[in-house]
Amino acid sequence: MSKIVERLRYSKDHEWVRLEGEKAYVGITDHAQHELGEIVFVELPPLGERYGKGEEISTVESVKAASAILNPVEGVVCEANEELDGSPELINEDCYQHHLYVLHSFSKEDYDALLDAKGYEAYLASL
Amino acid sequence: MVYPYIPHTDEDRKHMLKAIGVDSLDQLFDGLGEDLLLADSVPISHGRTEDEVQRMIDSIAQRNVRGIPFLGCGCYDHIIPATVKALSSLPSFVTAYTPYQAEMSQGLLQAIYEFQSMVCEITGLDVANASLYDGANAASEAASLMIGAKRKATTVLVSETLHPFTLQVLKTWAKGTEHTIKLIAEKDGVVDLSGLASLLDDLCAGLIVQSPNRYGLLEDYTDVASLLHEKGCLFAISNDPLSLAIQKSPAEWGADIGIGDTQSLGLSLAFGGPSCGYMAVKEALLRRIPGRIVGATVDGQGRRGYTLTLQAREQHIKRERATSNVCSNQALAALMTTIHLSSLGWGGMVEAANQSYAKAHYLAYHLAQLPGITLIWDKPFWCEFPLVFSDAKRMRKFLQELRNEGIFAGVRLSALTRQVRDELVLLVAVTEKRSREELEMYLAAARRVMK
Repeated sequence: MSKIVERLRYSKDHEWVRLEGEKAYVGITDHAQHELGEIVFVELPPLGERYGKGEEISTVESVKAASAILNPVEGVVCEANEELDGSPELINEDCYQHHLYVLHSFSKEDYDALLDAKGYEAYLASL
Repeated sequence: MVYPYIPHTDEDRKHMLKAIGVDSLDQLFDGLGEDLLLADSVPISHGRTEDEVQRMIDSIAQRNVRGIPFLGCGCYDHIIPATVKALSSLPSFVTAYTPYQAEMSQGLLQAIYEFQSMVCEITGLDVANASLYDGANAASEAASLMIGAKRKATTVLVSETLHPFTLQVLKTWAKGTEHTIKLIAEKDGVVDLSGLASLLDDLCAGLIVQSPNRYGLLEDYTDVASLLHEKGCLFAISNDPLSLAIQKSPAEWGADIGIGDTQSLGLSLAFGGPSCGYMAVKEALLRRIPGRIVGATVDGQGRRGYTLTLQAREQHIKRERATSNVCSNQALAALMTTIHLSSLGWGGMVEAANQSYAKAHYLAYHLAQLPGITLIWDKPFWCEFPLVFSDAKRMRKFLQELRNEGIFAGVRLSALTRQVRDELVLLVAVTEKRSREELEMYLAAARRVMK
């Protein structure tokens, strides 16, 4: 059973979003990290660039596959989690503690359209 | 009917057809239009015996005209130590590509690992892949890498002085991927980068140049890398790898990507191929290098072993999002290059490069004294140089007369480019393999024709 955290919002592409003031933290869900397997590399997005909703923003490579991360909320990248550069396995260890990147000036509309924990749980159950 | 290489009997086939619920093999093709199906049997002649085929090929081979080659244009007649053929034809090494279940072939993986290390040493860059199909393929892969590395980029700047075949491959690549190749014109035989700054925008991914270029001339890339990097563009230099023994490496010019063809390092002329491409990059581009890399590791008992790694960009893993079409390497040719370099050592490479330089300059100097021939551009060159003839008639006579003497005097550039402006240009290549006597023979014949 995949772990789902109550206060977060989720996309159907298995990204989570956490709001902190004017910033939106983005990571991948427990379901995603489990499907990927042992993660060996995370390509972090360039700072200062605006990405649209659903746009490919990063790549997560595991021993099995290289998967695109689709940006769940339109916004400007203001921070990338450099910690993942040397230690990508942190995502496997705790995917909700280790975000990929942070957006500012993001779309509240896109955020509101994301699933809540219950919705995501139901979505996973339907897969 | 049972064939030696087809294991299925008629009985097997019937069984399989029944299992999937069709009556005949032809029924599987029902979905195709009538116009796509062959009405008659395939029009090929009956089989021939091994001996007949051998005789046929021998008689064709006998029509070859042998001569002393001063031909280059991407394919050079360098000395290849006997070790190359002897060792590379060992049965355990003879495989064209990376073997399946690669880790079972530790010896071959080690050879590829050594190849990568040597490419890094020669180019001065951090990471090299297991090899690519040839130099032109390496250029198109460099273009893909650049486009993939910069968001929104659609255009790659390409020097007009690249080998004509490389340019053709890049144009094909651009057409297939719907990217744009923007040619940068040459001036006096070398790429003219004076207007480079104005071409570098958000859509520009980077620049690909070549030295020695299509005329054999060496190009100067002072300040090019910093200009490109300022605008977030990448810099790729294509080289004849042997020339790097005596000219600045991609790393020394500040380039991000070093590419080329290893023909000059242990691969015979073989009618132009098969060859072997290489690519080396700065560490920052490690995750973007196409193909695969062989890595050194230790096994469960602490013994050194080799393994395929970083194939993540290849099609079989990344599917439609792959940034490279390469899904193997040129294992046998790369092995030959590796054995060649191991036999020569760095000192041997420098010696071969220096001798090629000295002999080419000797011949060029004396040819330039003859009426009707000029070395058009006063530019540095290495082992190949462009002669320009005063008229087409004299050029034809020159080539014919020297051929009568058993000398292939050079490559007509227009034969490769089909450009009118190249019609009077002859590219003459001189390697360390050409003896003093051969050079004097060339000069004596040239003096007779061009008096």
